[in-house]
Amino acid sequence: MLTISDRKEKTIVLKEIMQSRLFWPIFVLLLLLAFNLINDPSFFAIEIKQGRLFGSVIDILNRAAPIALLALGMTLVIATGGIDLSVGAVIAISGAVCAYLIQNEIVTSTPLIILAGIGVALIAGLWNGILVSILGIQPIIATLILMVAGRGIAQLITGGQILTFDHVGFEFIGGGTLFGIPFSIVLVVLTYGVTFLVLRKTALGLFIASIGANPTASYFAGIREPQIKILVYMFSGLCAGLAGMILTSDIQGADANNAGLWSELDAILAVVVGGTALTGGRYYIGPTLIGVLILQTMTTTILTNGLPVQFTHIVKAAVVILVMLIMSPQFRGELNRLRTNKTKEII
Amino acid sequence: MEPKSILKVSQLNKSFPGVKALSQVQLELREGEIMALLGGNGAGKSTLIKCITGVYTSDGGSISLSGQSIRGLSAEEIILKGISTVHQEVNLIPTLSVAENIYLGRQPYRFGLIDWAKMNTNAEELLSSMKVFIDVTATLNDYSIAVQQMIAIARGVDMSAKVLILDEPTASLDNKEVEQLFTLMRELKSRGIGIVFVTHFLDQVYDVCDQITVLRNGQFVASSSVDELPQIELINLMLGKQISNKNSSGKSRHTTDSNSKPFLSASNIGRKGMINPCDVNIYSGQTLGLGGLLGSGRTELAKLLFGIVKPEQGTIQIEGEVKAFGSPHDAIQEGLAFCPEDRKVEGIIGELSVLENMVLALQAKQGWFRMIGPKEQKEIGKKFVRSLNIVTSDINKPVKELSGGNQQKVILARWLASGPSLLILDEPTRGIDVGAKSEILQIIDGLCKQGMALMVISSELDEIVEFSDRVSVLKDHNMIAELTGKDISTQKLMETIAHEGRD
Repeated sequence: MLTISDRKEKTIVLKEIMQSRLFWPIFVLLLLLAFNLINDPSFFAIEIKQGRLFGSVIDILNRAAPIALLALGMTLVIATGGIDLSVGAVIAISGAVCAYLIQNEIVTSTPLIILAGIGVALIAGLWNGILVSILGIQPIIATLILMVAGRGIAQLITGGQILTFDHVGFEFIGGGTLFGIPFSIVLVVLTYGVTFLVLRKTALGLFIASIGANPTASYFAGIREPQIKILVYMFSGLCAGLAGMILTSDIQGADANNAGLWSELDAILAVVVGGTALTGGRYYIGPTLIGVLILQTMTTTILTNGLPVQFTHIVKAAVVILVMLIMSPQFRGELNRLRTNKTKEII
Repeated sequence: MEPKSILKVSQLNKSFPGVKALSQVQLELREGEIMALLGGNGAGKSTLIKCITGVYTSDGGSISLSGQSIRGLSAEEIILKGISTVHQEVNLIPTLSVAENIYLGRQPYRFGLIDWAKMNTNAEELLSSMKVFIDVTATLNDYSIAVQQMIAIARGVDMSAKVLILDEPTASLDNKEVEQLFTLMRELKSRGIGIVFVTHFLDQVYDVCDQITVLRNGQFVASSSVDELPQIELINLMLGKQISNKNSSGKSRHTTDSNSKPFLSASNIGRKGMINPCDVNIYSGQTLGLGGLLGSGRTELAKLLFGIVKPEQGTIQIEGEVKAFGSPHDAIQEGLAFCPEDRKVEGIIGELSVLENMVLALQAKQGWFRMIGPKEQKEIGKKFVRSLNIVTSDINKPVKELSGGNQQKVILARWLASGPSLLILDEPTRGIDVGAKSEILQIIDGLCKQGMALMVISSELDEIVEFSDRVSVLKDHNMIAELTGKDISTQKLMETIAHEGRD
């Protein structure tokens, strides 16, 4: 039997869980998964074929990998009070550079190709960082420049064609497996892991949140905002470069027009669903990842249920609105008030 | 015959949750009169103006314009009734033309279209009637703040103003511009318009005003004609101190012998619009007080020394070596620390925890790569929570949830943790309760005894007198005197502010 204090404690614990950052995103994700399970009892089944894991869940994770990387960089950029619209274009550039090097046999060694892909992405990030923090251009405009110009640059590199190639080493990034797990998933886990460690073991995390929460006070406290911001935009570029290489390697070709098109918006959406405020300050990397998984699970669900692709965007919008609403304390407060009012009326 | 009273405020009250912002405030403005509305920070000047202009609704009392009650009307209605306000930051649209700004929202129309020709001629006539001769088709941006303010005033006057409220219009103007503005004010006065003039420059009050109304801590203190209120008495009213010849603190003041070298020595340091060139010397183990009224250039001087704003001229030497600070980061590396006046905007990082706020400056000094370990952080936290007596249930909760006094102590802890050689404190006791205040004052005293160099800025003359070994007095962006030894007393300080610097 529960005594009153027990019950009280239980409700308090329950309340704490419900108020946790992760609760609502995970709740929505579980709902989506449950929906899939009911629809298709074999949804969670995982098979091993030729030493590689197969299954809907693996597929979702694999397809979510590029956006997961973008969203990681985006979380930190948004935490400083900025935004990076150029990541989609950086995907196209890094893919184009890799494909160009391979197709023209300029570079054949896999590490060098990867270095080139990462290198251009870092330069792109540096460019954004300089525009934002040294020239003082508003982030949305500064990165819009590269968003538009970047795709042009990628098209110049590919000559307007889809550059296809064959390169066993490079194809491993998007198509290979490590211990049966698709390599792109491994890459995401590694990137998140390393980022988490760096943010924990250095003061970068503190400075990023500090700049985003109160730039003036941070400046007064001696934090060098330009340095940190350039670093963060370069990191976002790096993430986009990795995502670009996954996508290019996966289809063995660089499509400058369509690779990563609008993916910056998905990344921003994932960050917001994860609870990081667009105004900057405190940021949440774990919840961002959950946000990515929600978006990808939704897309996959719509496709596997035979709904026309066109629906994805509308359903996505609806789910995002729902998540944002239930995460808003005001909205939950209103709901609670309505509920208690009703009970009162009944009494 | 007495000129008619146009604006009359009486028994006005206004409370915010937890604060009584105005209590029993009164004010009477007559036609063709310029009234200075004076008072320190938190005196209630802006609240009063907001009540008059309908931004806030007062809790009680009456406000009447030409005998007609206007209390409870909306801001738009009050403008139509004839009260216009011009703020320090001009509320116009910088990218539109002068004429467009003057007639924004009430453009002359012809056949349903804006009559540009008429608008421009009207604007030109209006401005030249006020002796402002400018091209009305140029964009507002092309003109200085002073001219923009005159344009804003013109707009206000043209909108049937009987009463014009000028909220610190001269704060960022130079002498010539101030003179232009005064000419305009006198012109308007001769037309019978009543003007309420808020300023921190006392000399300006005596230049242009007829009446003075003083508020303090939300209360009406006095109203008098300018002729009957000498500056020293005015300062007395504003600060609310009986002139007690207070050198009684018993503090033995350090005297600087000629051999000792200052920790920081700035010579001829200045920047236009902030502070005119002056010299500052700060010695280890001593406190330099910066005396002067709000807006006299105290904070501006501190900001130049700390590298927040680059000085246009002059040099800073730290222990004899010339340094140029490009940012606070550079200054911190040299052992400087600065507790700013505006705690909310420049001090705390509200979202971050108490502990994170405390370690921030030390961490910034070390750079992002070498993080202060969690154990060390906790020790710093514990140490300062104890030594500064910071009241918080949890060191990891957001600092914004703490009371003002405790927030101030957290900022103080932030700077002490960075191990500074020179600590600059700008209004360290502003907006905090009496208990926390005396604690903070004790801490300051202790630091000085430990050999730290201190520069303290305060509007509380008592505080300055109590702690300073030397006092530099600022007035209207000039350093007008340095007081040492026996000369450091509230009496002398007030006299210096009142009498020096007037040409």
